[in-house]
Formats: sequence, structure tokens, C-alpha cells
Amino acid sequence: MAVKNMVQAINEALTQEMKRDERILVFGEDVGTNGGVFRVTDGMVAELGADRVFDTPLAESGIMGMALGMALGGFRPIPEIQFSGFTMEAIDGLLGQLARHRYRLGGKEGVPVTVRSTFGGGVGTPELHSDNLEGLFAQSPGLRIVIPSGPYDAKGLLTAAIRNNDPVYFLEHLKLYRSVTEEVPAESYVIDLDKAHVVQEGTDITIVTYGAMVHESKKAIEKLEKDGISVELIDLRTVAPFDIDTILNSVKKTGRVVVVQEAQRLTGIGNHIMAEIAEGAMYDLEAAIGRVAAPDSHFPFGQAESIWLPNASLIEEQVRKTMAE
Amino acid sequence: MSKQDFKLFEDMMKKSEAAIPLVQILDEKGKLVNKGMKSSLTDEELVDLMKVLVWGRTTNERLILAGRQGRIGNLPPSEGQEASQLATLFAMNKTDFVLPTYRDVIPLVHHGMSMKNAVLWYRGHVAANIFPEKIYGLPAQTIIGSQIIQAAGLGYAYRRDEKDQVAFTYIGDGGTSQGDFYEGINFAGIFKSQAVFIVQNNKYGISVPREMQTKAGTLAQKAAAAGIPGIQVDGMDPLALYEATKTAREYTMAGNGPVLIETLTYRFGAHTLSDDPKRYRSQEEVDEWVAKDFLIRMRTYLGEKGLWNEEMEQEVIDATTKEVNDALDLADNEPKMKVSQLLKNVFEVPTPRIQKEIEMYEAKEEN
Repeated sequence: MAVKNMVQAINEALTQEMKRDERILVFGEDVGTNGGVFRVTDGMVAELGADRVFDTPLAESGIMGMALGMALGGFRPIPEIQFSGFTMEAIDGLLGQLARHRYRLGGKEGVPVTVRSTFGGGVGTPELHSDNLEGLFAQSPGLRIVIPSGPYDAKGLLTAAIRNNDPVYFLEHLKLYRSVTEEVPAESYVIDLDKAHVVQEGTDITIVTYGAMVHESKKAIEKLEKDGISVELIDLRTVAPFDIDTILNSVKKTGRVVVVQEAQRLTGIGNHIMAEIAEGAMYDLEAAIGRVAAPDSHFPFGQAESIWLPNASLIEEQVRKTMAE
Repeated sequence: MSKQDFKLFEDMMKKSEAAIPLVQILDEKGKLVNKGMKSSLTDEELVDLMKVLVWGRTTNERLILAGRQGRIGNLPPSEGQEASQLATLFAMNKTDFVLPTYRDVIPLVHHGMSMKNAVLWYRGHVAANIFPEKIYGLPAQTIIGSQIIQAAGLGYAYRRDEKDQVAFTYIGDGGTSQGDFYEGINFAGIFKSQAVFIVQNNKYGISVPREMQTKAGTLAQKAAAAGIPGIQVDGMDPLALYEATKTAREYTMAGNGPVLIETLTYRFGAHTLSDDPKRYRSQEEVDEWVAKDFLIRMRTYLGEKGLWNEEMEQEVIDATTKEVNDALDLADNEPKMKVSQLLKNVFEVPTPRIQKEIEMYEAKEEN
């Protein structure tokens, strides 16, 4: 099995799915000739044709609305919003239209649209490129939000998203694009969208997280294990609607939990996870629910990322604190 | 700075406005004037068109009455605009896809939606939006510009698949201020979408006058910025509306990309039944437009041709009144919505969390 990074895994998923189903179209800003600003769609024009992988004008609401219209015409569009912050320009298209379509039509038909976008700190982008906006969009019914934490998950989850008949907002973490490599099967496979992944089992405490913080949590766990603390690590994979049962089962077993997210305390998915745990497993808890999140400012200027983003040592600190309660 | 510099700008502005043709075939007096286009309608088609227009007006009147009787939720009536809605739609095929705004439920009914579902839509019942197969359209759009960009996408899909189908969409003058309008006509131009955009310029976005929507002299000239044709049509002239739309359909089907048609029309009544138009427009203005009513000129024109008379009109009015009354009764008998059903409509397969909620509500609903 070949070792691949997330860019390669996503490219492979897109290419294989497009070969499988000719109704799938990829479009967005710079995805055609340029192969995407992160080269995720590199080589796809040559392989699949310029009429299936193509550029659009620089207008996000237009891209999102085109996707819905094309879905009405029987296509399975995969629009790209170059950076998640630009999704702000297309909130009606994403939440008001795509996410609502099936409900509006009384369940009769949905829109099989997978919106790909990028986000995430650690690469020093300009403003509104890296913001963790998943919590904002997660408040909308009818929309799945998927955040893979590595290449293997990225390929399987994206394939599942594309084959799903409801809209999926698929968020690719910029720092994870090339920093994590792992073995990725050459053939197609799907990973269940509605299921969290127990990355490792443990008995003393649960960490619930997603995206890049899965890797920061792993670093923290290495140190914690040296002190004999057994940690169960849960990667949500689909952050909305997330898998409550897997979280509650784990928390009931360990009795302690730390919720970790890269997003600010006020945003992200963490608040919601904590509420579910409080509602569903309060009496199984031996300590207050711990939390690691970013400060409640806007996403930082590039050079402030290192003092702003949550990291392994903050996670380690919080786990030790929760263990001590 | 010399005056000559300003002249350059001013000339450009005058030219861009002057470049917009205004199509009128039948004038206010019911006389053929053939400005810009000529009518191709046969006598039989003229009668059919008139029937549709009278049906539209009567439907509006009966629905407004039902609204005042508390038998409908909040109704956005379209009296005065029926020609812009129905004479344009008259030029489209049944397989052309209609993306309406909330004021365009009546044309949606003409396109195949049942009158009962129209009543249910006004009342706020999901059953309204469940169209049987072979109705090519979407439920009425609430956001005033979203349908424009969706039409661009659908029209592009049709062109790719070489379908003899057009995405046909309405927007109001207020809607043309929204970003999606510009993005939509621009995308449709780039992707040569098989689309026709009907801008119903009824002079007001609720209370805000057209002059406050844009400094542009016409709404049609906005099309030029997207590189697509834009024309104005007398919105009280059904013959011109039909001919312009038919030509636009042929143009877009020939692979030329979309067309924008601005209809100069007027909303005789209120924005919705909870709106009081006296707050923002004068009775003189209303009277002036009511005198331009397309029904008056059509009665004259068709009457002189011996194609139309009062009895024929009354027949349509009576049949339509019955249609609306029956629909009101049918809608009364529609089963009430259930929360469990609404939850089932969110995803194709309910997620585990939603499944739990469904079961919870189903248990309650059984009691």
C-alpha cells in the first residue's frame, strides 16, 4: 500500500469517483488549468477533461447556486470554495438553499452536492483563509460537515460524501494537507459518515476532538501514557451531525472527558459536545468536563498563530487537571 | 478639469440607457403598434392567452378574498403583474423549468401545480411543495435573488445534456439589487446557460421605489455588464411579453446563452395582505396604472377581432372561482403536518440523532 498525503488522497478520491460516475463535476476558482491553489485537483483536467473539471468566476454565492441548479439538472456537483472564510459570501447558497432543499421539497429529493473547502491554522495564511467556521455551519439542519484528520480518512470520507444524496460540507485542514502521510489503499473505499472513530481505546479519560487537534492530542497522549494515564481518543470525523453514542459510551466507561477543538470557545463543535455529555452522561462523570479551545478573538494574524492555537501541551495540561479532580 | 471630460461620462451613461429597446406590440388603446416585434399568435392562441390572463386575474381576486376571510395565510398578490407572469410563461414549454419568487405562485399553478397546493403554500403546509412528477419547477423562492443563480446552474445542465429545456425564472426590481442577481446573470453568460430571466419591474420593493434600487436608468441594461442581451417590454402588453419571451427562448436554445427581459409593470394591490401601500404611493399613480391594465387593451383588441366577449370572460371567471373555492375546501381537508414527518424530510436517511427524535415524536403523535 502506498504512503500518501492528504492532497494525494483527495485527488485520488475525486478522480476515482469521477471515473465511476460521469455526472460528477468539479468546479470552482482555479481548480481547472491551475489544478487548485493547493494542487488538489492537479492533473484532473488532463485525465477527465476540461468540461468536467473547470474554473468559475470568482464569486462564491454563484458557485454555490450553480451547484444547486446543476443538481436539479441531474448532476452531482463538487464545488470548491477556495478558503472556508469565503463561504461567508455563500451562506444563503449553502444553508438557505442546499441544506434546506430536501426539507423544503417535503423529502422528495435532495441535492447530492459535496462542497469542498479549506481551513485551519498553522500555515500563516492571510485573514479569512483559516478560520474555523464549522460550528457556525453546524447549526444548520440538513447539512453534514466532515473534517478528516488524515489521508486515509480523507479518501474514504470524501468518497462517502460524494456518494451521499444530501449536501456535505467537506473541510480540508490546510496544515494536514502535506504534514501527515499514511498508507492509503489504491482502490475506492468508503468510511461511514455518521460514525465517530475511536482512534485508540483507553480507560482513564476520553479526549473528543477532530481535525488537526487529533494529532496534537496524540502528542499529548504519548506524554500522558508515560505517567500511566490511559486515554481513549475519539475523532469525530463528521462533526455535524456528530455521533453522540460513541462519545457517551466512551465517557460512561472512562468517567472523565476533555473536549478539544482548534476553534474558539464560543464557536466550533465543543459546546455542543459538552451539552450532550452533560445531558446524557452527567452521573457517569467523576470530574467536570474539561475543555481545550482557542481564545474568543477572531482567528489570529499569521504571526500570532503560535500563541493562539491550542496545542499538545495545553491538551496535556487539561487532561492532567481533569484527572486530578 | 474641462466640461469635455464630464461629457465623455455623460454620453456613456445616456448611450447605455438609450441602447435598451422597449418592445410594445399592443398599446393602451388596444391598437397594434409593433414596436420592436410583431405578434405571431394565431386567433386561437390569442383566445387561449386571454383565458389564461383572466384566469390569473380571477385567481388573484379570489385568493385575496379568501385571505380577507382568514382562509389563507399571508398572501403576496400579483394583480397587475399577471401578464408579466403568464404571457411570458405562455411562450415556454411544459418541460421548461420554472424557478418562481413568492409572488409567482399563480404562474406555478399554470405550469402544473395544483390550486390546492397553491392554497397550502400560502397557508404554510409542506404538502404544497411536494410536486408530482412532470411538474418542472421549484416551490416559490423566498430569498429574492437565489433563484437567478440556480437558474444559471440548471440552464447550464440543460445545455450540457443538449436538452430542449430552458430554466425560466422571475425576479422583482428589488431582487436585481441583490448580489445573486449579478452573479447569476454573469455565470449564466459565461456558461451559456439555457435560461430566460424575467425581471418584473413593478416599481416597488415592498415600499422602496425602483429609483432607490439603482441609479441605472433601466434594469435591462444591467444585462450588458454580463455580456448578455437585456430588453424592456411593456409589462401591460401580453402580445409583446409573449413574443419577447418566445424569441428569448429560441435565442438561448440556439446556444447563445441567456436573455434578460425587464417587464414594466405594476402591482395594483399591496405587497402582501398585511401591507398598506397608501403609506408609500399615491392613488393617482395607482389609477394611472390601472388604466393601463392589459385586460382592457386585450378586451378591445380581441373584441374588435370578434374573438372575445363578456360571456366568454364570465365563463372563465365562473370556472376559476369554482376552481379556487374547491381548492380552499380540498386544502381544508389536508392532513395536519407531523413533527416526525418533518424530521424525516431533513436527510435521505435520518442520522442516528434524528432517528431518535423521530421515534420520540412518533410516540407522542400516537397518543
